[in-house]
Amino acid sequence: MASWLIRRVFQALLVVFVMTLLVFVAVNLIGNPVDIMISPNATQAQRLETIRALGFDLPLWRQYLAFVDNLFHGDIGDSFVFGQPGLHLIAQRLPATLELAVSALLLSVLIGIPLGLLAGLYPNRALSQMILGGSILGFSLPTFWVGLMMILVFSVELGWLPAIGRGQTATVLGTEWAFLTWDGLQHLILPALNLALYQISMVLRLTSAGVRETLHKDFIKFARAKGLTWRRIVWVHVLKNILIPVVTVIGLSFGGTIAFAVVTETVFSYPGMGKLLIDSINLLDRPVIVAYLMIVVLIFVTVNLVVDLTYVLLDPRVRLGDRE
Amino acid sequence: MTAETTSSAAPSDALVAVPPPLNLVRKFSADFARSRVAVAALAVFILLILAAIFAPWITPQDPYDLMQLDIMDGRLAPGSTGYGGKLFVLGTDDQGRDLLSGIIYGLRTSLLVGIGSALIAALIGTTLGLAAGYAEGRVESLVMRLVDLQLSIPTILTALMILAVMGKGVANVVLALVIVDWAIYARTTRATALAEREQEYIEAARSLALPWWRIMFRHLLPNCLPPLIVIAMIQIANAIALEATLSFLGLGVPITEPSLGLLIANGYKYILSGTYWISTFPGLVLLVLIISINLVGDHVRDILNPRNQ
Repeated sequence: MASWLIRRVFQALLVVFVMTLLVFVAVNLIGNPVDIMISPNATQAQRLETIRALGFDLPLWRQYLAFVDNLFHGDIGDSFVFGQPGLHLIAQRLPATLELAVSALLLSVLIGIPLGLLAGLYPNRALSQMILGGSILGFSLPTFWVGLMMILVFSVELGWLPAIGRGQTATVLGTEWAFLTWDGLQHLILPALNLALYQISMVLRLTSAGVRETLHKDFIKFARAKGLTWRRIVWVHVLKNILIPVVTVIGLSFGGTIAFAVVTETVFSYPGMGKLLIDSINLLDRPVIVAYLMIVVLIFVTVNLVVDLTYVLLDPRVRLGDRE
Repeated sequence: MTAETTSSAAPSDALVAVPPPLNLVRKFSADFARSRVAVAALAVFILLILAAIFAPWITPQDPYDLMQLDIMDGRLAPGSTGYGGKLFVLGTDDQGRDLLSGIIYGLRTSLLVGIGSALIAALIGTTLGLAAGYAEGRVESLVMRLVDLQLSIPTILTALMILAVMGKGVANVVLALVIVDWAIYARTTRATALAEREQEYIEAARSLALPWWRIMFRHLLPNCLPPLIVIAMIQIANAIALEATLSFLGLGVPITEPSLGLLIANGYKYILSGTYWISTFPGLVLLVLIISINLVGDHVRDILNPRNQ
């Protein structure tokens, strides 16, 4: 177990290392670092001075070390547009994105698992066929267009929910959260549902496939022979056994959800870090772009690590198999 | 999984790489025709491709010829008649452009970028996967590490990263889509090639001392194709959807060659004022395109799956 843990943590660190290298190469080799780091309005003297100050006259490997060193100090450079540290700007927008992503995740569980159970337990009902057919749409529809249609239907035509922004927030522990106010919650519903659509389809299909497979297993026959109630069989014995793949997939897709929040945030003008990224790309505000990429990679790697650990805790076979 | 298919598709004396016999094609067509949904989807897909190819001849106006546009026709509702007496079946956009013509031209860009990038990715991914499956050792582990790395990062993040650094443009979008997609082909090809490598016909080809590239491309590749065809179809749909998303974000194709995604983005500004058609109709076409490709791909997968035979 301990050696597995060390190996797994080492692997995570390796991915972070590769990503810093990729981001560094992308920013410094493909684009001209001087153009990226220095405002185009600077004079020649200012340029030379900044080049020296930023260390662009040093060999590449020393520049990379300096880049990593700065990363460890949380220093990615100041935004050209806002004049604030890029990391600071991203960190400010992080709670909004996390709120959105976690809400989407909750929705995918709350909607996906019950619907998946229904479709898996009664595969021949018309309703189940509709659910499974609808999930194909959830997979293949472009998220951004569905978001637009949601705005059109629920905000413009019906006027039920607000279309853009994050609404009112409440401050808890120095961070602003929107889900604590009624107005904020209303603003959260459409974007969260939009972001969750893909996840819902995935969880739904996994659950229904898992249920159909599990129902034929011997231990279910045994449980029925023992005279357990149908409800207990489904909610305890079946659900427990399909939870592992579902939890794994939900966890592993969390990083993807945060990345795809870029699209949803743009559609709903939701002030998260994804919207900031798109704005920064359009304004060529590279320090903010680098900050976004590094934070997302960090979240991504951490989540994957946690998922792997949970996996071990949920499935004794993995735990025991490693000990042998 | 393809072990069974090859025993019928490739006779053991396949020293000369023979094209699949005609009755195989006929059998495939018969199998395909059995699903009415798939046939309808294929018809829709072909219709959309034909519309894109013949766009200049079938559209009511050339949407990018400024002489034919009249700003007075801006944002007309579907079915209304314009200033010059022209009928706009699907309405007009903010510059008075006929939306139907815009969509058909947009379809061109979407299909070109989607199919083009999927084919390039297939070429690169298949070659690397084939090499990884055929040659063991360092090549294999290097390719598979790269595949793992690529598949572990969300597609949209990779694409955003590339476009953030390289800037927008058709070529850069294609590059981003290829980098996102190649790994799936590589993984599939390697998995199939690993199984095929142990077959007798490869052993026979080897004992004839044929050069490695000839074995790889003339003998191994044709037998790895069935799963790749399915993957390629699904990936074309995915590439089209991703391109639309990137263009919607303003990072994709330039305004001079708008795709369906960019048309949808153009309508975004007006959606809150109830001008629904500029975003809705290109989106519907995008939807029909993606779903028809997926339906065809799903059915082809069912046919080629040896478990269903």
